[in-house]
This record gives sequence, C-alpha cells and structure tokens, in this order.
Amino acid sequence: MSRFLKIMAPAGLGTASVLAMAYVLADQFVSDIPGFARVTMVQSADAQETPEAAPEAVVVAVAATEEMAPARPGGFGLGRTALPEEISAWDIDVRPDGLGLPVGSGDVWTGEEVFVENCAVCHGDFGEAVGRWPVLAGGRDTLTREDPVKTIGSYWPYLSTVYDYINRAMPFGYAQSLEPDDIYAITAYLLYVNDIVGDDFELSNENFLDVEMPNADNFFMDDRADVELPLFSTEPCMEGCKASVEITMHASVLDVTPDTEEDTASATPAVAEVATTEVVADVVAEEAPAEAPAAEVVQAAVPDPALVAAGEGVFRACRACHQVGEGATNRSGPHLNGVVGRVIGSVDGFRYSNGFAEAASAGTVWTEVSLAAFLADPRGAMPGTKMSFRGISNEADIAAMIAYLESFGG
Amino acid sequence: MKDPLVQLYKGAKPSRRNFLAGALAAGGATVGATMAKGQAAPDPAITEKQPWAQFLGEGVDANPYGVPSEFEAHVVRRNVPWLTADAVSSVNFTPLHEMDGIITPSGLCFERHHGGIAEVDPAQHRLMINGLVDNPLVFTMQDLMRFPRENHVYFLECAANSGMEWAGAQLNGCQFTHGMIHNVMYTGVPLRLLLEEAGVKTTGKWLLAEGADASGMTRSIPMEKALDDCLVAFKMNGEALRPEQGYPVRLVVPGWEGNMWVKWLRRLEVGDQPWHHREETSKYTDLLADGQARRFTWEMDAKSVITNPSPQAPITHGPGPMVLTGVAWSGRGTIPRVDVTIDGGITWHQARMSGPSFTKSMHRFYYDFDWDGRPMLLQSRAHDSTGYVQPTKDQLREIRGENSIYHNNGIQTWAVNERGEAENVEIS
Repeated sequence: MSRFLKIMAPAGLGTASVLAMAYVLADQFVSDIPGFARVTMVQSADAQETPEAAPEAVVVAVAATEEMAPARPGGFGLGRTALPEEISAWDIDVRPDGLGLPVGSGDVWTGEEVFVENCAVCHGDFGEAVGRWPVLAGGRDTLTREDPVKTIGSYWPYLSTVYDYINRAMPFGYAQSLEPDDIYAITAYLLYVNDIVGDDFELSNENFLDVEMPNADNFFMDDRADVELPLFSTEPCMEGCKASVEITMHASVLDVTPDTEEDTASATPAVAEVATTEVVADVVAEEAPAEAPAAEVVQAAVPDPALVAAGEGVFRACRACHQVGEGATNRSGPHLNGVVGRVIGSVDGFRYSNGFAEAASAGTVWTEVSLAAFLADPRGAMPGTKMSFRGISNEADIAAMIAYLESFGG
Repeated sequence: MKDPLVQLYKGAKPSRRNFLAGALAAGGATVGATMAKGQAAPDPAITEKQPWAQFLGEGVDANPYGVPSEFEAHVVRRNVPWLTADAVSSVNFTPLHEMDGIITPSGLCFERHHGGIAEVDPAQHRLMINGLVDNPLVFTMQDLMRFPRENHVYFLECAANSGMEWAGAQLNGCQFTHGMIHNVMYTGVPLRLLLEEAGVKTTGKWLLAEGADASGMTRSIPMEKALDDCLVAFKMNGEALRPEQGYPVRLVVPGWEGNMWVKWLRRLEVGDQPWHHREETSKYTDLLADGQARRFTWEMDAKSVITNPSPQAPITHGPGPMVLTGVAWSGRGTIPRVDVTIDGGITWHQARMSGPSFTKSMHRFYYDFDWDGRPMLLQSRAHDSTGYVQPTKDQLREIRGENSIYHNNGIQTWAVNERGEAENVEIS
C-alpha cells in the first residue's frame, strides 16, 4: 500500500504575504521609487501536510518586516571627493559610442607584430587559438550550427568591447601593460583576421565608429517576460500526466564525471590535447590559472631571502604561463623548477621553438648570465621564441627573479 | 538522439572508475548504523568503550578558527577537470548533496574567477563612484562601515549553472549539474545610499560595476535595479567575505546572474547607456537556435533540484522510510511550492517546504515517504511567487535550442535503481 503523503495546499498560504519583486525586463524600466519598508521575510509555507502525516504540524509564522536602512537628507558626509587624476587612473572603460577611447592609432601590420609578440602564445598567430584558449577569428555562419564558433568576427556586436577588454585584461596575467597604439594595432589586426578590413587598414580613435561588426544586429533585449513567462505560468498536471515513461539518455554512458579527489588531480588533460568546447570556452577556457601555487621551498643554498621575496613579486607577470614549486607542470610555458643549471629546452613534454631545440641538442645549460640576458630581451637572446613577453628592463628585478627561480632548485 | 559527448566533450577521458564507488564507500558507515531490528550480536559501538568516551579531548583553542570534523573531509568543493584548461583556476562546484537547510557555509561556496583570486589588502582598498554624479567620491573600507547596513539572505547562481546539460545528461552528481550556486546571509550597505551620497544626475540610467582583480571585471547594471535592492556587502554569514568571494567588498545583485555580483568591487560609474563590455556581449548572452542572441538576461528563472538521493548520494538503507530532499530558488521572489515525482512525472506530490522563506533565497523542501525498493525516476518542479512553474528541459530547448549555454533551469531527472544508486538521465 502506498504510504505517500497526500499533500494539500491550504488556499492562500505562503503566497499572500509575498511581496513579488518581479522585475520588468524591457528596454524601458519602471521608475518606481522603493517604498519605505520592504517585506524581506515571509510566512514559511510549512503546513502542507495532512494531520495524519504530521499530526503536530505547526504553522511557523516567521513573517517579519525589516526597516530599510535609513537615508539621510543631504547625505552622510562620508567619503571624499575623487581627484581628476584618480578618476583618470581607473576610468578606462570604453563604450560603443566611443566614449573613453584614447587618442591613438595602429595598423594591421603593426598589429600582427604586437599580436604575435603578446597574444599568439595563447590565441595562435591568426586568432585560431592554441589548445583550449579562446578562438578569436573565423566562425562566420556557424551560429545556427550544432557547434557554433563564437569569435570577435562571428559574434561580438561591438568593436569597442574588443578595445576595452584588451586594455583592461590582456595580455592575460600581465594586464594593463599595453599602450593605446598597441591596442589599436591589435584591434586592427583582429579585424583583419576576421575579414572585416583589408591589410592596409589603420584603426584610430577617429575612424573607430566607422567599423561595422558583422553580427551587430543579431542581439535583442531579453524577451522571456513575453515569450516564456506566460507559457510557464500555468497550473501543471499533478496526476495521470502521461501514459508511460522511458529513459532517453544516460549520463553514465558518457562517463565524464570525475569521481575521486585523485582523479580530479590526475585526470587533468594536457592543455594542448584538449579541444575547445563551447561550454568550456564560456566557463573557463578564457582564463589562465592566474594563481600558480606559490610554493615556499627553502633550500640551504638560497640567496638573500629579501631578494627571493622581491623575485616572487616580479614573477607574478610570468605565472599565467609558467609554474614553479611542488607539482609544477608545463603550461603555455615549461615549468621552471631547477631552470638555472638545466639544459636549455630540455623539459620533457614541452614543445620548444627551434632556437631552444638547437640549444638543447648542443647541451647548452642555463646560467645566471644567460638567463639574465634572456629575461632582459627574450626575442633578442632567443630569436623565434614563442614566449610572448617583452622582457624585464630593470636589472634589479632580473636579479630578484633569478634568485626566486633558484629557490626552486638549480 | 545525438551523443552529447561528441558535442561537448573532446578531451581525454577520466579513468573509467565507477562513479558510484566513492559514494557507496562513504555510505558504508551509514549502512552499519542502520541495524536490522533483529540484532543478533551485541553492537560493539555500544559494548566497547570508544576512545572519545574514555580519554580527554583537546581543549579550547585547539582550532582558533574552527574546522569541520575529520569525518567530513569529503565535503568539499570540486571541479570538473575536463572542463578546464587547468585545475588551478577555473570554476568549482558547491557540494549540494552534502548540505541541508538553506545556508551555504562560506568555505563551500562555489568559486568562479576570471583572473584568479585578488588578494586585496583592505587598508589599500578604495571604492570610487564617478561618472554622471554631482560629486565623484572615494570611500575607504572604514567609510563604508559608517553607512547604515542591512542583512539579507540571497542565492547567487552562475548563469552557466547546468550549462553542460543543454545537449543532454552529462554529469553524474547535483554538485556538478547544479553546484554553481550558493546561499548566504550578506551584511552590507544599500547601494542606493552610496549613490545618493554622490548624487546621481537625472541622466544617469546605468551603472558600471568594476572589480579590482586582474580581469578588471565589469558589468552594466540598470539604475532601477541599483536603487532597488543591491547591496555593497562586506560580510557573509557573519564573517568577512572570503577572498575567493570578493574580500573585502562585493556587489550583491539579488536574483540576478552571478557574474553581475562583481567581487573586489572598486569602482561604480554612472552613465546614460550600457557599456556592452565583454561579459555582457561575447559572454552571458543566450544564443538561440536561429542565430539570434538574447542579451541582458539578468534574472534567474525559478529552479529546483533533488539533492538527496542523487548520483553522489545514493540510497544506502534499503526499502522503508526515507527522506527525499532538495533546494529551490527563484530570482523573482519566493518558492511557496515544490512538486516532486518518483515515477518520472506520471504522478506529482507537493513537497513539504521547511525553513525560512526569503525572497530571492534558496528554499529547502522535503518529501518523506516509504520506498518500496523498486526503481524510481525522481524529479522536482519549483513554483515561484509570481506563478512561474519550472519547465522541462525539452520545453526550454523548444524555445531556445541547445546552444544558449546559460540559464538552463529545466527539470532535472535522477534514475534510482533497486540498489538505490542514482544516475543523471533524461526521460520521455
């Protein structure tokens, strides 16, 4: 005999005291001023059991009204006026109407150079992406496919978004290190690899608004209030709702669920081996792990601790691509444990550029001197390196960095 | 039906270990505790002296900041390795199947970072308000603490929660299918008071919120919402925000997608139009089957999930009395009602709501019944205070297709077999 609870909903329970905060989702917004008090706690819908199921069921009425935090006419006089220099230091945002664009310009060919130097290690030379980093080019006419490729050219509605995002967050792990002319050039190059402009194009704050993005017209304001809410706001069936039920899909067939802690750690595929997926791209792939484990390995031969500590700070610019310390693995760059004293280009499993491969076959070893030269001018010291890093100009920073790396062996 | 693996999963597969093995092993102790009525031999748990009953334990201050029992070590946030380029920084998931009530402990709240965790020194943190205001202002943390505060319990759900399930059942565990959500009590200053302090000009219709992290996270928020119920919060569950949740201060945007709740909040700019930045154009827009995309899909639709039993939390006690439970929430109000079915939707039963019911907060529901030991198809269906009823996944797909990634609030199905093991399935 079925002992399922027969449950009834007393009329009006629960919902009556709810202050529905349904928000109007439309281009126009209601302009109601919030009332003085708002009901934030409503009656517990607790008494839905029959007496036989819960004979001592008690309606727990927890209705309470919280007074809104009071405003003060004329304000509280807290905070201080922001200085113009402070505002300009932080207010770097750019809008579709061009507000916020700095004066500057850059052409496609310059953009290619800057892009290859700063961006290609993750996004590929032509925006095609390395591993599962975001694809920036192509994908036109794929938005209705099963596997849409959402790129700047195929999806992004506004060019200003490209400038703003590069300016505020790129290169990843070394944000806000590019000059306006560089960003205009990169943006021009991204337009070029997306077939939006020709190779003779130069982008500037003057002609920025003339560029038309291919997918600009394919966005519209959330229309769930019209399209979905009426459809999904009807009393549903409770009994005899279908004749039979069949399972149409099992998740276990896929077997992609991590099961244990150990699996979580060991099953992480190498970056280059994993294809980008749509969900991945949105959930995680645009991020490099910015927080490499700052392992604190202290060895007898460690130089000046203050220098090592300073080096840890300098190393922040490197962590998006390089790991050090216990459990360090290869990422966009090879791990750097014991780098001083090891053969150049010798880390297993990392695909080096030609210059490194030649040094490896010659058995050349990283010394403090050669590493300092490389850090000062990576492309000058190792032509053809894939490392997208301009180098460290300050000699003290280089010394600190080497001291820091030596604290991880070598 | 096409294989969603082909569409979504292209990496190396994790080891083919039975996904239930861990859960069943964990349940072993529970089985031992549920003795049959006709106990033959005396229970050593009673007849033998347990060390904790005989010897003194640690004194006060053994853990100045308390930690859970060592027997709860398996209750942790988890990630899905194949989703991420690297496990060091990605998204992880709240262990909903290990929790009860409505409050998420601070340390179990899922994490989502776009540039890693910003380790902000509160003494060096500033919040600036600029743009279309009478007086651009800078606040220190101490300044913020001098404004009147409010306390509210709100859920925060990532717009991509359940996003991996659009093309079909993929992940076995409500932690993975529904764990991009948490529900905590916030203490903070109404955003309205800060904006009034700066004096929003009449042309100010939008607000840009910006974080201090390395992604420089930004989102545009309509002024009506900013003046309604948004908070600038510095406490969660009574303690300081955790670093991974935006310490020392974050924006709270009740009922709206989690990405807008900017962490490490350092700037608010008032403007006359939205900024259309990356996270509101290339991301967090809902691509429909016809190639058009919805934007500004801020509100989170009503949703529910059965947390127990579920794939990570099988039934380990055999037939008889059992507790089915889960959580429900809506970005539009409260959840006065949740329906539950154990036969795949032929017959539905109203669940029992328990615990306080706050607007835009998680709600707890129970369905207490006697399991007959036969296979079940479990579903829950939330009703919110506006009359909205949680749709099926197929109803959503009919309108949106399978490419939208975000805002998947469809009804979840767990198939439970005669051994009590649960699996993520889709049904007709």
